[in-house]
Amino acid sequence: MKYAGLLVMPTGFLIAVAALVLFPDPARRGVFVVCGLVLEAVGLAVAVRGHMPGARRP
Amino acid sequence: MTDQPLPDTLCALAAGLLVLAPLAIAGLALINAGLGRSRSAAQSLVGSLAIFSVAVIAFAVLGSVFAAPGGATFSVAGKPWNWIGGGHWLMGNFAGAAPERQLQILFECLAVALVGLIPWGAGADRLRLAAGIAVAVLTGAFLFPLFAHWEWGGGWLASLGVNFGLGAGFVDAAGAASIHAIGGLSALAIVWITGPRKSKFPREGLATAMPAHHGPFVLFGCLLALVGWLAWNAAGAILWLHAAPSALALTALNTLLAAAGALMATLVVTRLRFGKPDASLCANGWMAGLVTSSACAALVSPGEALFIGAVAGVFTPLLVELMELALSIDDPTGAITAHGAGGLWGLFAAGLFAAGRGQFLAQLVGIAAVLGLFLPLVYGLFALLNRFVAFRVDPDGERLGMDLHELGGGAYPEFVIHRDDSYR
Repeated sequence: MKYAGLLVMPTGFLIAVAALVLFPDPARRGVFVVCGLVLEAVGLAVAVRGHMPGARRP
Repeated sequence: MTDQPLPDTLCALAAGLLVLAPLAIAGLALINAGLGRSRSAAQSLVGSLAIFSVAVIAFAVLGSVFAAPGGATFSVAGKPWNWIGGGHWLMGNFAGAAPERQLQILFECLAVALVGLIPWGAGADRLRLAAGIAVAVLTGAFLFPLFAHWEWGGGWLASLGVNFGLGAGFVDAAGAASIHAIGGLSALAIVWITGPRKSKFPREGLATAMPAHHGPFVLFGCLLALVGWLAWNAAGAILWLHAAPSALALTALNTLLAAAGALMATLVVTRLRFGKPDASLCANGWMAGLVTSSACAALVSPGEALFIGAVAGVFTPLLVELMELALSIDDPTGAITAHGAGGLWGLFAAGLFAAGRGQFLAQLVGIAAVLGLFLPLVYGLFALLNRFVAFRVDPDGERLGMDLHELGGGAYPEFVIHRDDSYR
């Protein structure tokens, strides 16, 4: 699970960067950058949960 | 910022300021040593000197190539994207570079030493000296230079304003991203890879409290760091923003206010939470305030700097407590919160309060790069490095203490060293 979270995080970064190229409209660009950051936060939360000692015990 | 070279007077001023900047490193080294345990104090300080030296050499020999302006650019949708620098190898351009570039290299050499010390503190009491040095080599030769080029060397983050109309591009005058956020996230990766200290998280019950062994070290380190930070922020404003001399007093004032606001907020929060102010958490709050000032001291008003610092001072003790008690993250120096979270908050706040259309979005893209790209990259590289140079000391070494195990002698030979179970 910890690796899944860490793999999700670059996806959020790619969404933020892609928004710059794909959307000239500032509002839509802003929304997609924020979506990218939210995805990174989700990935971080999953990675943190995966590293907690309880996550390794059944 | 202009593209004109700096006048000689400003170069001289920046050089003078950079002479004081190592005090921030000295302060951080003292904080790291003081917040660790007495049986690891000598290893902590020797390690700080070793990491300083190795990181500077790695950056000078290899990293400065990737951090330098110019380099590889490719085009996407008609916009140039510069991802990596292209300087001369093996310090080939140092002597012949313009004075301004030489000062920038000096700034970056000091910065990379500071980046190396942040995860070193987080790994206190179980991270081997050889591992700390290996991490510093990787950081100095590749990780820090990559981001430094993006934001200071004309890379894609610095060009967000020109290419996409996002304010002045990603702005980070004194390294809140490249030094502190990356250092803090490296600290998180180190803590995850090495695991907690022995007996820190028992199978049942709350986490074991392992208090700082030397409060005066920690608090004096905070004061020493302030002097370094004042110099660091002013030098960064000159070198990376081409700030006028008339703007430097305000930058220094904002640095002071951010630190003071953070300390008072932490003092109040810990007083309310625990009944008495907590010295270690106050030190963390002070450092978090200084870290936020790295991002925004040159960009915001004094009232805003005070507010930004105060917010950092509120979330620092809460986040430190959350990480220890709820998330089982053993970070003895609070580096992940003070440097990582503090740096990210400073970058966010700089975008929130700085003038310029699109500046906020530019800061968000920079934060996305630090968090979304660098944390997984750093974790992956450190996990790979851990296979060749074991990060964690063996159980016997941890029981003896890092001083005896790695250096053959303790920092306080005339004092009795407490056993693990004395903390219970």
